[in-house]
Amino acid sequence: MTVVDETTKTVPICEVGCLIPGRGVAALLPDGSQVAIFRTESDEFYALSNIDPFARAAVLSRGITGDAQGVPFVASPMLKQRFDLRTGSCLDDESVAVRTYPTRIVEGVVHICP
Amino acid sequence: MRTLVVVGHGMVGHRLVEALRAEDIENSWRVVVLAEEPRPAYDRVALTSYVDGWDAQALTLSNSDYLGDEQVELRLNDPVARIDREARTVTTASGFAQPYDALVLATGSRPFVPPVPGHDLPGCFVYRTIEDLDAIREAVEKAKAVKRGRAAAMVIGGGLLGLEAAKALRDMGLSPHVVEMAPRLMPIQVDEGGGSLLRNLVTELDLTVHTGTSAEKIEPDGDRLLTKLTNGTELDLDLVVFSAGVRPRDELAREAGLDVGQRGGILVDLSCRTSDPDIYAVGECAAVEGRCYGLVAPGYTMAEIVAAQLLGKKGTFPGADMSTKLKLMGVDVASFGDAHAATEGALEVVLADAVSGYYKKLVVSPGGTLLGGVLVGDASSYNLLRPLVGRPLPAEPAAMLAPEGSGAAGVGVEALPDEAQICSCNAVTKGAITEAIVMQGCDSVAAVKGCTKAGTTCGSCVPMLSKLLDLCGVQQSKALCEHFAYSRQELFEIMKATRVASFGELIAKHGTGSGCAICKPAVASILATMDTIAGEGGHILDGEQATLQDTNDHFLANMQKNGTYSVVPRLPGGEITPEKLIVIGEVAKDFGLYTKITGGQRIDLFGATVDQLPLIWRRLVDAGFESGHAYGKALRTVKSCVGLTWCRYGVQDSVGMAVELELRYRGLRSPHKIKAGVSGCARECAEARGKDFGVIATEKGWNLYVGGNGGTMPRHADLLVSDVDSESLVRYIDRFLMFYVRTADRLQRTSSWIEELDGGLDHLREVIVEDKLGICDELDEAMVKHVENYADEWRGVLEDPEKLARFTSFVNAPGAPDPTISFRVEREQRVPVLLGVPEVVS
Repeated sequence: MTVVDETTKTVPICEVGCLIPGRGVAALLPDGSQVAIFRTESDEFYALSNIDPFARAAVLSRGITGDAQGVPFVASPMLKQRFDLRTGSCLDDESVAVRTYPTRIVEGVVHICP
Repeated sequence: MRTLVVVGHGMVGHRLVEALRAEDIENSWRVVVLAEEPRPAYDRVALTSYVDGWDAQALTLSNSDYLGDEQVELRLNDPVARIDREARTVTTASGFAQPYDALVLATGSRPFVPPVPGHDLPGCFVYRTIEDLDAIREAVEKAKAVKRGRAAAMVIGGGLLGLEAAKALRDMGLSPHVVEMAPRLMPIQVDEGGGSLLRNLVTELDLTVHTGTSAEKIEPDGDRLLTKLTNGTELDLDLVVFSAGVRPRDELAREAGLDVGQRGGILVDLSCRTSDPDIYAVGECAAVEGRCYGLVAPGYTMAEIVAAQLLGKKGTFPGADMSTKLKLMGVDVASFGDAHAATEGALEVVLADAVSGYYKKLVVSPGGTLLGGVLVGDASSYNLLRPLVGRPLPAEPAAMLAPEGSGAAGVGVEALPDEAQICSCNAVTKGAITEAIVMQGCDSVAAVKGCTKAGTTCGSCVPMLSKLLDLCGVQQSKALCEHFAYSRQELFEIMKATRVASFGELIAKHGTGSGCAICKPAVASILATMDTIAGEGGHILDGEQATLQDTNDHFLANMQKNGTYSVVPRLPGGEITPEKLIVIGEVAKDFGLYTKITGGQRIDLFGATVDQLPLIWRRLVDAGFESGHAYGKALRTVKSCVGLTWCRYGVQDSVGMAVELELRYRGLRSPHKIKAGVSGCARECAEARGKDFGVIATEKGWNLYVGGNGGTMPRHADLLVSDVDSESLVRYIDRFLMFYVRTADRLQRTSSWIEELDGGLDHLREVIVEDKLGICDELDEAMVKHVENYADEWRGVLEDPEKLARFTSFVNAPGAPDPTISFRVEREQRVPVLLGVPEVVS
């Protein structure tokens, strides 16, 4: 189950080792929403809403990550729109963005601030 | 609104309607087309290809039925019988009367049949329409059935049309005689030297050529035709095809009192107007200032001139370039300018090589101006030479003729003047192309094609377009994406040569940044092939490779619109036992999967969540199923008809062959998906010619077709080899696939790969049949390794706890259902419901 750590207000998700560099995982938050958490090849961690607003499906965690002129992104596996991992804004349609979540690594565990 | 009546719906009549409708934005003309033939205009120039599949649809010209255009009425199968110029009305054979404001005669021509005694006997045919070919085919079949062997045929006429007819007969399995009155074949286009080489080349292709003679008489002899030639030769034949030129169909015009040319044809001025200002004539029936043109290009020009005038613009026929370049039974023949050195003082420079099989002649003036030429056996320099007619040659004539790559040929497109035509199909000059590149910023062959239409018809000038881009200083980007400046093929070669075995190493050494959704899957595909060639047979989800894969490959299933996946087990050749069918049914029922039969003779199970995939596959693998690779850029299916085993018409075991091929190539990763088909007879029930590779059974073995496609760009596959045995068939497919895997671009299907191959299908045949590049051993070995190292990808996942662990919906709540996935029921099955409101933050 997913719980909120009342002292830090963060949700512990999984051990760092569960994430392969360059790929994402999905996690369920206590309120029923979902986040897509990514680990890049340079070992940075990012979290976005898992829902692709174009496809209206919870799939972003299953996209391929990469960079466009240095901007780290995930490309939706559905119709390939790219989202900036840092800001959630869509690189292919600037009127669209998804929510982002701060991440924290505490003692080898990835935490999300909901 | 005025009414235009067009008499005749051939290629030129159709072009006229098309040209008018494209420009007549205000719909000022209603168009009525009155046609004699039972079908809309079709590509008569390609008539001979009809034998290759007997599919009349393949000759269709785009939009020739004018569906959806309310302004155009097309009346088929009812020829015009007379023109009443006083009443400005035409009347058809069935009595339909149609008034006109303007009339265009596009009646074409009729085959010329010399008055040989017996020319009208049963068994004598002409060669002009689909119906003519159907009749010839029927006679050939009948003769074969009676004789249980080859039928004997003769073609009267050894010109362009005669040789086309001979090719058609040869494609029907005959070895025809060709009779030409002139002392050589194609007397109009080629000279004595070219004609004699041409004769040698076509004789090797099973034709018997009789020149300098003609048919004296044809007499019936039971079911057969006994033919005597004027040189004394007697031939015992089943059929005779007259293909000795055409005559303009001007009888309607004659009866209506319009002027006709001295040698026939409806006399028109340079604006294509007849002696009646409301009546025009275009195409082969028109005699422009007395001269008829038997090629389609001048006809198209006339059609466009008339369309322009109907819309109040001006147009004048500029004369026509009668240069010809064609491929007859694989033999290049080209002729341009003053091919016969008729100009006073003209000099000839000839380069002939009977061993390599080419003859090239240039005709020049004493001052070095190019006047014309003849090329037989190798016409690769035609595009370069033809535009130079009337100009000083930029190099010694002999150097201009030297074979490519000999070092002597130092003259290229840069030597051409601006007004030289680069694309003769669409009349595009070098100047127009250069302008498109420099002024309009076209930076690729595709952009130049789109902007100028050059290279969009026969494609033979495409290499010149590419050279022109280079000359204009345009760097044609072959870059895969911003991370790699290389094409897929170049990356393949780099990885093969340097043995770089990971994406990380590759991008560090040969790229920039961290990659993207374009280069990662492309490199993953190459890595899969590298593993195969190295004989390592790794799993596509091993280590770093897992991170490179698209979601479909990552989860070995096909993502559908609500984020669930569909599952396709392999059913080789579309064959399945009742027991296995029951297993699929039970799995679908237990997991609540929507079930549908695919176009590739398989069963697709929809609606599986990520965590259900391993559970489903555990059941399928235990029952003996394996991955169908429906998710991969890989071999999908080999579709088959039921074939010899059951079918009354089948001549080979198509299911057995399909199963063998599917099992051989399963799991082969490629630039794009690969589909295949095997048909057990010429009826082609497996639709094999719509596939990347298609196999059609013949009585002697198999025909192999390559480069077919369905979808948005349908394309019939081309015949690569015919009547081969099963072992050779498999060998050629092995090489075809491996060569494609190594050299195609990312997401390039075999159809466009072949179209863009330098040298096209002929080059492909040289590489994989004749081993021109000396790589066949390597290709064969790579396929052997692939077959040896194949392993079921799903079994690989089920046996590896680390890979299995990735099939979880939520990393922090394994087993929790995804609350965004829901279904409703439609026609008794579950279908997805999408999320109501998209989550968008601004």
